[in-house]
Amino acid sequence: MSGFPTLFYKEVLRFWKVGFQTVAAPVITALLYLLIFSHVLESRVQVYESVSYTAFLVPGLVMMSLLQNAFANSSSSLIQSKVTGSIIFVLLPPISYRAFYLAYVLAALVRGLSVGVGVLLATLWFAPLKFADPAWILVFAILGGGILASLGVIAGIWADKFDQLAAFQNFLIMPLTFLSGVFYSIHSLPPFWQQVSHWNPVFYMIDGFRHGFFGVSDVSPWQSLVIVATCFVLLSMLTLGMLKRGYKLRA
Amino acid sequence: MTSAICVRQVAKRFGSVEALAGVSLDVEQGEFFGLLGPNGAGKTTLISALAGLVRLDSGHIEVMGCDVVADYRNARRQLGVVPQELVFDPFFSVRETLRIQCGYFGIRQTRERDAWIDEILENLDLASKANANMRSLSGGMKRRVLVAQALVHKPPVIVLDEPTAGVDVELRQSLWQFIRSLNRDGHTVVLTTHYLEEAESLCTRIAMLKAGRVVALDTTANLLRSFAVHALRLKLAPGATLPPLLAGRAQEKEGAWSIAFDQYTEIEPVLAELRASGCSLEDLEIGKPDLEDVFVRVMRGKEGRFPASSGNGADAAGPPGTGTVAG
Repeated sequence: MSGFPTLFYKEVLRFWKVGFQTVAAPVITALLYLLIFSHVLESRVQVYESVSYTAFLVPGLVMMSLLQNAFANSSSSLIQSKVTGSIIFVLLPPISYRAFYLAYVLAALVRGLSVGVGVLLATLWFAPLKFADPAWILVFAILGGGILASLGVIAGIWADKFDQLAAFQNFLIMPLTFLSGVFYSIHSLPPFWQQVSHWNPVFYMIDGFRHGFFGVSDVSPWQSLVIVATCFVLLSMLTLGMLKRGYKLRA
Repeated sequence: MTSAICVRQVAKRFGSVEALAGVSLDVEQGEFFGLLGPNGAGKTTLISALAGLVRLDSGHIEVMGCDVVADYRNARRQLGVVPQELVFDPFFSVRETLRIQCGYFGIRQTRERDAWIDEILENLDLASKANANMRSLSGGMKRRVLVAQALVHKPPVIVLDEPTAGVDVELRQSLWQFIRSLNRDGHTVVLTTHYLEEAESLCTRIAMLKAGRVVALDTTANLLRSFAVHALRLKLAPGATLPPLLAGRAQEKEGAWSIAFDQYTEIEPVLAELRASGCSLEDLEIGKPDLEDVFVRVMRGKEGRFPASSGNGADAAGPPGTGTVAG
């Protein structure tokens, strides 16, 4: 794994040096979502018994921020270094494709978790939260972040320009994360849209993550775990395959 | 002794473009080797293949005996590449950039590592900019950092892909002074450049590429001897005309006539003819051959006077000095 520790360190340092943009800004955005939605819906919506809407919203916002930032980290780092040409500095040394994958995914996960913890800490003042089963919280945070970080690597390698990456982000990642039960329980949806939501893997990430807080969820956390873990393994294999072949990195 | 670089029958196509068409050549350890050719000749593709940035369609390449595909880890440890493009990571300072590059090669944080980084910074006149962000550096400074990045892991083979493009004279001279000292210390240096006078003064051996093929491969001295010709340059006095016998073999350029010759003994008959015709001269000088003449002749494919090889590059080449030309 020669080169892995440095590549990981470099990727963490890269986002940390612009921490206002990469960590503080997403926390503020999530806080604004919470303030607006809880103000409008607190007295009108009750999803689970004995759980206020604001409390219901917090884990969803934490997970959504975590996922979006994990994706943003690996994808933006790769597209920037491809466009500027500095990707050559990691292609010339003897870094294996596995080390490459691990470094980018773990660094993206670190950013996702940093933002997630930031959102959690910032929103703790607004709603009393339980931590019914912290193990589920941790498992879904890591697997969900890993999935989006892998997707970020795929998008960053596939995109040749910022426009293509923006399309990937806005037409795939944003709808998947927004329409995944962050702001509502899918039981409140019409049957057709409930069915559609079951095809969205992000729904299982958020539902399982929320189960860790309240001990209740729309589907069994074990079912969510199987689906999320399967997605993680498949996406990791796809990403590793792309890196091994040098897809769009080595001509 | 193992060749520093061994290229065998290397071929690469990009769609319909044949970037490399069966290139073979060897670079011996300690050589200062020039890789010349017009734009699109395949120089950068060959360097990219050497560095593992391009996957070959066929053939193989070894760096210090390590295959660049099968044993890519060791091959890349032996190689330092200065890329053609002026690229940099805008997030880091010069020192951070070099420390990170060390880490990519598995070099741990030690006093020796920091001492080597300091030495490189000193030699490339970058010490005062060590803690400056890469974005704040001038183009020439960024170019020096690229050279420093290629050297952090002390590679025995250094490849410089047009390192002086757009670089001012002062930096160019200090850069070559440093690279020369590395070569004297035993590093093998491979250089591509469009500045032929640089290649002529620095490189002991030169390969010329054209359309993905090696069209000349020999020592610089032999190439100059074999390809380039001396020329007698004559500036006629006002009103004088060149005698018809000489006019047939002379070329006019910038108001002067140039008559090519291979042997100095050919000069006397020319002067005798001038005397006999009463042609008076304003100026006369003997022009020495340079690499530009060689380059132009090779690229025009004027190989008629030279032994054309059936093969390509190293496959057809004997030891340095034998002279190899492919059409």
